[in-house]
Amino acid sequence: MKNIVHIEALSKTYDSGHQALSRVDLDIHQGEILALLGPNGAGKTTLISIICGIVSASTGTVSVAGHDNVRDYRKTRDLIGLVPQELTLGAFDTVWNTVNFSRGLFGKPPDTAYLEQLLKDLSLWDKRDSELRELSGGMKRRVLIAKALSHEPRVLFLDEPTAGVDVELRQDMWKMVRKLNDSGVTIILTTHYIEEAEEIADRVGIISQGKLLLVEDKQNLMQKLGKKQLLIELREMVEAIPAALAEYNLEISRDGGHLVYTYDTQSERTGITSLLQDLNDNGMSLKDLKSSQSSLEEIFVNLVSTK
Amino acid sequence: MINYQAIRVIYKYEMLRAWNTLLQTIASPVISTSLYFVVFGAAIGSRIEQIEGVPYGVFIVPGLVMLSLLTQSIANASFGIFFPKFTGTIYEVMSAPISFFEIVVGYVGAAATKSLVLGVIILITANLFVDLNIAHPFVMALFLVLTCVSFALFGFIIGLWATNFEKLQLIPMLVITPLVFLGGSFYSVSMLPPAWQTITLFNPVLYLISGFRWSFFEVADVSVGVSLAMICMFLLACLALVWWMFKTGYRLKQ
Repeated sequence: MKNIVHIEALSKTYDSGHQALSRVDLDIHQGEILALLGPNGAGKTTLISIICGIVSASTGTVSVAGHDNVRDYRKTRDLIGLVPQELTLGAFDTVWNTVNFSRGLFGKPPDTAYLEQLLKDLSLWDKRDSELRELSGGMKRRVLIAKALSHEPRVLFLDEPTAGVDVELRQDMWKMVRKLNDSGVTIILTTHYIEEAEEIADRVGIISQGKLLLVEDKQNLMQKLGKKQLLIELREMVEAIPAALAEYNLEISRDGGHLVYTYDTQSERTGITSLLQDLNDNGMSLKDLKSSQSSLEEIFVNLVSTK
Repeated sequence: MINYQAIRVIYKYEMLRAWNTLLQTIASPVISTSLYFVVFGAAIGSRIEQIEGVPYGVFIVPGLVMLSLLTQSIANASFGIFFPKFTGTIYEVMSAPISFFEIVVGYVGAAATKSLVLGVIILITANLFVDLNIAHPFVMALFLVLTCVSFALFGFIIGLWATNFEKLQLIPMLVITPLVFLGGSFYSVSMLPPAWQTITLFNPVLYLISGFRWSFFEVADVSVGVSLAMICMFLLACLALVWWMFKTGYRLKQ
């Protein structure tokens, strides 16, 4: 798979001494939707800001479509659109003027037809002559998206796009994100809601305290999520698992009093009934059974708290 | 390659801002200039003899123009860059494929244009009150343009430097206004006691007003060549400072 963004050993320490990022390596595939998941203050916004050129990195490099984002900043920024987290908009500009301004800033000649379609897609066309201060929060969010898309970027960064957004706009936004993605735009979004990452992303990156803990296909994560564990407490300790039970891939606890069976809840047969039968046949009597499921939330919390 | 579209939209945006506050942009300087004429020209001026052969009411015109030009160039340009910084909308300019040079051309160009228009309006207003003859129109135009550009650039620097509204007002209020009033806007330096004449020579604004006045009446406190050299030096100093600020990402990039 082709990478559109390549990040190498990226670190950032602010003047205040706060280290926001610590040696982050990340490849973003062309055409994917990547969700960066992490608690507040994890470094998500710093990472995006460095890629977009708003913050300079302390060490490390970023390249976009093969161009260095410092040396060839015109080429990289040309490809990138950014929807910031805060609703930062002028007060007295009209919607129409502000999207035209954005397009011009990125060096693109005026294109009325394109911008008209863009505003229509975002349900902003009726508001094109409204001043920005008159708009609701949700509408302002839409304007920010329109501004980010005004120069037809190939990579779109959405920094916490659903913060303070109602259900309807969220659905609209995901629809738009998918549509953009279908047209080939690579999308990177940050969020601290796990369900969001699950709903929209192809891959999920987990970031905490400036470190990228893992980046994985959502499918893989979902598989981990779909796994359940059965904890079997035995009446008598065992030293080894009988050969007859080898097919179950049981794990044995250190004291020999517990067996752990991992199974897939989504498969047709979980194998629990036959396992219990076989245990009985092998003369192992059970004291207790306990099943547990590791959720993405749990994986996430584990990752974030242990580091 | 230059991002002309970006320069165009920034320039247009800044000009539109002035257009939206047209009353404030044009009416206020016209009114204040008229007031100066009423107070200094008619009321006090009638009791003052001619200065170096020029009637007092006419003599103060170049100083009046400079007063408005300096304050407005600074105010326009400093606000133009400070406000996006204050509201956070600067993120867009920072993330756009645009060089510092283009940002400066856009913002400073617009601010300079506005004060240039303002200068012309004040001259026209002045012409209603007194009989104005310009001895060297081209030199006058040159001074006008150089002043607008240099002080817009200076204002841009202040706007970048300022971290709050108070700082934004600090230099215009505490430095520029006194320098303009003490720089011979309303009098000839030769009217001062010798010691003060020497001190005044350290006031850069004196050179501006003197040179500008020369282009009207061929009367000057210092030679016009020195005046031109001074303003060019100021322009270069501002350019160097802006270049350094952008090079280091001063107050823009963390």
